[in-house]
Amino acid sequence: MKDMSFAALMDRRNEIMKQAVGINYEEFARGRFAFAYEEMMQKVGYTLDEIRAIQRETDVGQTPLWEMKNLTRLVRKLAPAGKGARIFIKDEAANPSGSFKARRASVSVYRAKKQGYKGVVSATSGNYGAAVASQAVKRNMKCIVVQEVFDSKGDGQPEILEKGRKCEAYGAEVLQLTVGPELFYTFLRVLEETKFFNASLYTPFGIAGVETLGYEVATEIKGKEGRFPDKVLITHAGGGNLTGTARGLKKAGAEDTEIVGVSVDLTGLHSASDHDFNRKSFTTGHTGFGVPFTTWPDRADVPRNAARSLRYIDRYLTVTQGQVFYATEALAQIEGLERGPAGNTSLAAAIALAQEMDRDEILVVQETEYTGAGKHPTAQLTFAREKGIDVRRGDPHEEKPGENIIIPRGPGDLFYKEMDLDKLRKTYLKALQKNHPGPYSEEEKEFLTEELGVDQEKLEKLLNSN
Amino acid sequence: MEKALKGDWVQIHQVVFSPGERAPNIPEETRKVPLELRVKGWLVIPEARIGEDAVIKTPAGRELEGRLVSINPPFTHGFGEPVPELLEIGPELRELLEEEGTE
Repeated sequence: MKDMSFAALMDRRNEIMKQAVGINYEEFARGRFAFAYEEMMQKVGYTLDEIRAIQRETDVGQTPLWEMKNLTRLVRKLAPAGKGARIFIKDEAANPSGSFKARRASVSVYRAKKQGYKGVVSATSGNYGAAVASQAVKRNMKCIVVQEVFDSKGDGQPEILEKGRKCEAYGAEVLQLTVGPELFYTFLRVLEETKFFNASLYTPFGIAGVETLGYEVATEIKGKEGRFPDKVLITHAGGGNLTGTARGLKKAGAEDTEIVGVSVDLTGLHSASDHDFNRKSFTTGHTGFGVPFTTWPDRADVPRNAARSLRYIDRYLTVTQGQVFYATEALAQIEGLERGPAGNTSLAAAIALAQEMDRDEILVVQETEYTGAGKHPTAQLTFAREKGIDVRRGDPHEEKPGENIIIPRGPGDLFYKEMDLDKLRKTYLKALQKNHPGPYSEEEKEFLTEELGVDQEKLEKLLNSN
Repeated sequence: MEKALKGDWVQIHQVVFSPGERAPNIPEETRKVPLELRVKGWLVIPEARIGEDAVIKTPAGRELEGRLVSINPPFTHGFGEPVPELLEIGPELRELLEEEGTE
């Protein structure tokens, strides 16, 4: 009988993962910590054309791209003369499971089927679970989703309860856990017992699946407007949405498009806290994932995370929960598009950012998500009030995550905070230096310049300042 | 006491880790409570009452054991209450857009 204790299972994690994703990550290792990222993406993943074919088989992608004419008018009313970029939105809610995550799931499930796995397992409380479940249906596979749902009182956020319901609607087995990072234990145990495929968010398959989103944004804007978008705003959590979209944009030739990541600022709320768990209204797209995954991507459920946002990110902005609810309401009320709040994180930043851009410039918000019971501002704000969160209109600068949610008084109240990317790069290097102290070889430095999106000179400066 | 029969759609509960078995390096308040699991499926034993041990077959075809906590468990999430602070936003924005001076 196998030892199923926490420690024993953790010791077997590499062996379990190897069997469950079918990738030999050691093949790409280069010395102490460096690895051949691009080689991994090319060798393990698929070409853009292959992915588009895979996605066409299961009705994924080719979502509409809409111009938000009223939002643009609104932005121009607020902006100085000559300013106010045109805002476009990629309506990813039109994917089979209601979010861009269908792209991410499609390639994993295809791969699992091709490799002869009988089922797929996914550890996520987000839209990804429903995406994997839906894609599993289309490819006639079994699906198990492991979710963090409840606090110790058995209370669950309406948004997560809804996502669990949606997984069940697609015939998945849904394992609903209370708060805690030991979710990974349950996940490993399921993988070991079932021998199913780990449809991880962070394999090259998952990330490659998102490349089509960036590719579509670039080619569709170019087709309509004769030029690539100036900025693409991407809701940022684990880094896959940003990495995949940025890679797709580049593959389409949109080298100069600025890649802007946006997260909801949940500073101060601990993601493993039973107490804090239900004091936030956003379960993804927030700094609780965005910051740690940016500064140490390999904290993922696979040895090498294919989502590595510092390689691609040009700017990283944060907004407040109240602003995202405001943007969600605005999208419904003046654009006639009722969509889920989490997907509108980057829309909130877009309203502020577009005011600084010239009128002939183009800004694309690259996703929406489905809405419904639970995944709706009214559901989430009602729940917040029940938990004692003060919901009121006011200056969003006064929002304190876990204490209040401040709905802006008007569109002019919307703002973003700029995250210092160099600070994040230094955090990355600090963790690295702790595990693998310098000096670093030329090969290691080359890896780090790519990893951090900087040149040699900048890397030296960052290394010396730590 | 309510009883589930074989084939009923039910929810079971397991304690994955009791407080003493939880992972190190997690916040104090999380370490003080157990890690619990809830999962739904069809009852495969002849019958079980709430609070009794039960065996279910999940939609993925696995048989799992646990304590029966709910029979035909309802979905409890909804749209919540209308939020007055949000209701105001639509009319405000439409008024702004109707003002003179926009293209």
